[in-house]
Amino acid sequence: MNRIIKILFFALIIKPLVLIVLGINLRGREKLPVKGPAIIAANHNSHLDALVLMSLYPLTSIHKIRPVAAADYFLSNRLLAWVSIHCLDIVPFNRSGHVDKEQLFSGCHQALDNDDILILFPEGSRGAPEKISKIKKGLFYLTRERIDIKITPVIIYGLGRALPRGEALFVPFNCDVIIGDPLPEAESSTVFIKNISQSFAELYTHCLTRHSDK
Amino acid sequence: MTFLDIPQNSFYAMLAVLGLLVIASCTRLLLSAKNPNKDYTELRQRIQSWWWIIALLFLVLAANRTTAIVFFGFLSFLALKEFLSIVPTRLTDRRVIFWAYLAIPVQYYWVSMGWYGMFIIFIPVYVFLFLPMRMVLIGDTAGFIRSAGILHWAVMLMVFSISHIAYLLTLPVKNVEAGNVGLVLFLLFMTQFNDVCQYIWGKMLGKHKIIPNVSPNKTWEGFIGGLLTITLCAGFVAPLLTPLAFEYGLGAGVIIGLSGFFGDVVLSSVKRDLQIKDSGSLIPGHGGILDRLDSVIYTAPLFFHFLYYATY
Repeated sequence: MNRIIKILFFALIIKPLVLIVLGINLRGREKLPVKGPAIIAANHNSHLDALVLMSLYPLTSIHKIRPVAAADYFLSNRLLAWVSIHCLDIVPFNRSGHVDKEQLFSGCHQALDNDDILILFPEGSRGAPEKISKIKKGLFYLTRERIDIKITPVIIYGLGRALPRGEALFVPFNCDVIIGDPLPEAESSTVFIKNISQSFAELYTHCLTRHSDK
Repeated sequence: MTFLDIPQNSFYAMLAVLGLLVIASCTRLLLSAKNPNKDYTELRQRIQSWWWIIALLFLVLAANRTTAIVFFGFLSFLALKEFLSIVPTRLTDRRVIFWAYLAIPVQYYWVSMGWYGMFIIFIPVYVFLFLPMRMVLIGDTAGFIRSAGILHWAVMLMVFSISHIAYLLTLPVKNVEAGNVGLVLFLLFMTQFNDVCQYIWGKMLGKHKIIPNVSPNKTWEGFIGGLLTITLCAGFVAPLLTPLAFEYGLGAGVIIGLSGFFGDVVLSSVKRDLQIKDSGSLIPGHGGILDRLDSVIYTAPLFFHFLYYATY
């Protein structure tokens, strides 16, 4: 049932919205992971980020693509929780800091064991529009014991203008979605963060809309 | 479908364009068969995209006038969106940009009802004065002048200019054999054919660069060769597709050849300024929608007003 709701949600609302009203400059589509378990690590400026990334997938595999989302926000009220669980099928993530590391990632591990493709935002929060915030170490700890999993970096640019944090009015803008090569293995969290930052910086240079907010 | 409603000359013009596309596709296939090691992906994508563009255009032109006007309004929307996505705007301009988008349905409504006076002043007068009013109410003065300039230029190019193509469909019919569809076909075909001719003449004879800082591939030889070809071509085709006689057709050809060139390089300058190669990736093999509409943005209003002055 959930799968049908999700497919309908994307077929009737999100895909037309992203394709016609929004518009994407897509680069490197062939690098997008097709089969799970895999992780997409993207920068985060807007609620639309996850929706845009998911809309790149065909409807037949959309149930396998699951965004990791903050439980304190997305499960905060009943309507939002219903959409998050049934339409998006999120993997809830507790970012309060009171949960131990084992439990913190249990939802993600379960999804990966189920061959899902996770969408993760290593910055942890949307931050200021079109700025990359400090990258957190969470993603490194999640994948430390799972060397089989490829992490594909993605830079999304322009959505922070279409629907920035704290705004309700949606204004159409084309956005860039630039997909990079999988990240190399890292032995420490410092190296990992260096790798992902480097990759983000390189992908950013391919954005067509990068001069739009100077 | 009311395909039989297409006036005879316009119908033959459409067939001719489809014929040219068939030739282009066959040539591409021959080339790939001859040089199997060379990569023709971009050429293939380009021609394939042309098939889609032409198919879509002919379908809406054949359907009815309202459908065609809505189609050109949608093109304006895509073009305006692409332009505003690449040029610098401030976050505080979002609400102003929202109003700029709303100008599109209003402008095309004037077109559909054939209210020429309103169509011609709505954007240069009302939208021009209104957008800065909305900006003032938001109150962000840092970068105000630049934003006001960029937004007005954007709306003029992408909405005002492009809506002239649609208004061709609303003019009273003067050439019954071609109908108003003939005017649109004439303008779009001559503009795109001009691009192709300038490219081919430039490839064959090109030596002296016109504006190397903007577009290193544009040469005097290509420009003049293209201009002459289009002028002659327009002279012969105009009496068939438009109310213009041979000598006025030559005039229309000169206008389209000259302004098509400038539309192309003006949009190239925008991209150079922003240090990007394409303005988007909507049309495979071509780039963004502006990479295809750049010349039309200049030829549409200039051809329209030449025609309007000469015949209405």
